[in-house]
Amino acid sequence: MSVTETSRSPLLSTRRLHKSYGHVTALAGVDMDIHAGEVVALVGDNGAGKSTLVKILSGAIMPTSGAITMSGADLTFGSPRDAAAHGIQTVYQDLALAGDMSIASNIYLGREMGRPGLAGRLGFLDYGAMRRGADATLARLDIRLKSVDTEVRALSGGQRQSVAIARALAWASKIVLLDEPTAALGVAQTRQVLELVRRVRDLGLGVVLISHNMQDVLSVADRVVVLRLGAKAAEFTAGNFSIDQLVAAITGADRFLAGG
Amino acid sequence: MRPNLHEGDVAIVSRVSVARYISRNFILVTLVMIVALFSIVSPGNAFLSFVNFRNILLDAASLSLLAVGMTFVVIARQIDLSVGSVLIFSSVVASQTCVAIAGTTQEVAAGVYPQLALGLAAGAAAGLLSGAAWGYVNGVLVARANIPSFVVTLGSLACALGLAQIISGGVNVRYVPLEVQSWFGGRVVLGLPAVVWLAGAIAVIFGIVLAGTRFGHHVYAIGSDEEAARRVGIDTVRVKISVFVWMGVLAGVAGLVDVARFTTTSLGGHATDNLAAIAAVVIGGGSLFGGRGTVLGTMVGIFIPAVLQNGFIINGVQPFWQSVIIGVLLVAAVGLDQLQRARSSGR
Repeated sequence: MSVTETSRSPLLSTRRLHKSYGHVTALAGVDMDIHAGEVVALVGDNGAGKSTLVKILSGAIMPTSGAITMSGADLTFGSPRDAAAHGIQTVYQDLALAGDMSIASNIYLGREMGRPGLAGRLGFLDYGAMRRGADATLARLDIRLKSVDTEVRALSGGQRQSVAIARALAWASKIVLLDEPTAALGVAQTRQVLELVRRVRDLGLGVVLISHNMQDVLSVADRVVVLRLGAKAAEFTAGNFSIDQLVAAITGADRFLAGG
Repeated sequence: MRPNLHEGDVAIVSRVSVARYISRNFILVTLVMIVALFSIVSPGNAFLSFVNFRNILLDAASLSLLAVGMTFVVIARQIDLSVGSVLIFSSVVASQTCVAIAGTTQEVAAGVYPQLALGLAAGAAAGLLSGAAWGYVNGVLVARANIPSFVVTLGSLACALGLAQIISGGVNVRYVPLEVQSWFGGRVVLGLPAVVWLAGAIAVIFGIVLAGTRFGHHVYAIGSDEEAARRVGIDTVRVKISVFVWMGVLAGVAGLVDVARFTTTSLGGHATDNLAAIAAVVIGGGSLFGGRGTVLGTMVGIFIPAVLQNGFIINGVQPFWQSVIIGVLLVAAVGLDQLQRARSSGR
């Protein structure tokens, strides 16, 4: 289990993060901390601002105002490359894997390893080194697949998700953002993917998990941030909440009950 | 619970690779069988002779230049219908440039070329450049304007041929120096035509680039899933434009080979070069849905129709059968590819 978060400074903090599209406010001043070695679940109804928040963290969009702070410095992510440069990787819902290519090729896609020397400068790739690197990455997460030469097309949904998470882990040094990783999976494969999420956390990374599945959240999250109407509606730590409480916070029923 | 491979998954993986292994070699086996068949039935062993194989190679050389470029285009999930027209356009520009620079109108008409070397060099450069220019136009319209390559290259198929006819006045360029033939187009080096060596060298180089370099890797990635390629930071626009530019350059090279072999342009030919090149790629295991194909496969894909045509002629069968067979093979190869894809991802 992770260390209590109050004992350390967060990997990343957002302060008063705000995003509006014209007159529509998607995010209305969100403060959130992400610590090393914890899984933060981000929950909320459709349109609550989860995707907007994750897109800002992954560098896909820029906030209208507010700050992202990492190790004391204020940052702006102009592109996913900026976020990647700060050790943040995102696993998108559609996984962004090339089905006709091998697992190894997918893990190194866009970041291929060149051969040493002149051949490398001419653009020749070191397939052997990439294969070994992919093997090592999968081993770190204890993912067992027949061979890294297998085409991604031939894998099951859960295995594809595993490859996508492994790729994120290979390039993330601090934070992995997961957008609905279990949305399309069956029961057994969901369990496998959640186990992977725990393993990424245990390697000391911060994990942000968007999920609609309250069972998943309950089983894997160390902390839950509930967004409603673009603002943080509630925050729970593991063991201190029930699914009913979560649902109440998501729908706004908690306010109604408390006020009534 | 560990995320490991289930037994069923292993079975599916191996079944897929076995199916692919058979289908890949199926093409090679087909080629060998055709060669064997013609060797047995051809009158007086005319088919099974070095001279005849040399002829087959020579006929395949030009097409192989186009098919090598088309391999990249098809793997990137694009199509280029304009190759035959670009070939003709390049050959017209190359020969006219050469004739114009090599001497005055009276001199070249008399077969005198005071500036022969300069004319040949300028002609070759102009031919390659016009090929590259057409490729660039195709590539920019596809990658930046997001017009489907089928439409773009259907347009340039018409434009390039029309412009070639306008530039040449509708008449094949005359007075191309015969040296193009004696120095290159008709030359035999180490037992094989120079044209065959050139086409072979280009196929080897492009094959290595496709299989071994970052550029090749990105071509496969774009054809397999363009959105995924963009997400991981691959400059998909640049790669797509490059693919079309190289296709254009290779069509330019094929245009030069054409002029060197026949010492004139062939405005009336090459109408079905696009079909032949695409068919070669697809017969050789390339997928019109992108992400799949190899230069080696394409080479085998070229020789099936080439050997058939040659064998038909020797055995007195009407050579028009070749078109019929290319058409059938093309559709059969695409059907096989569809079947494989349905099998490997239908879960």
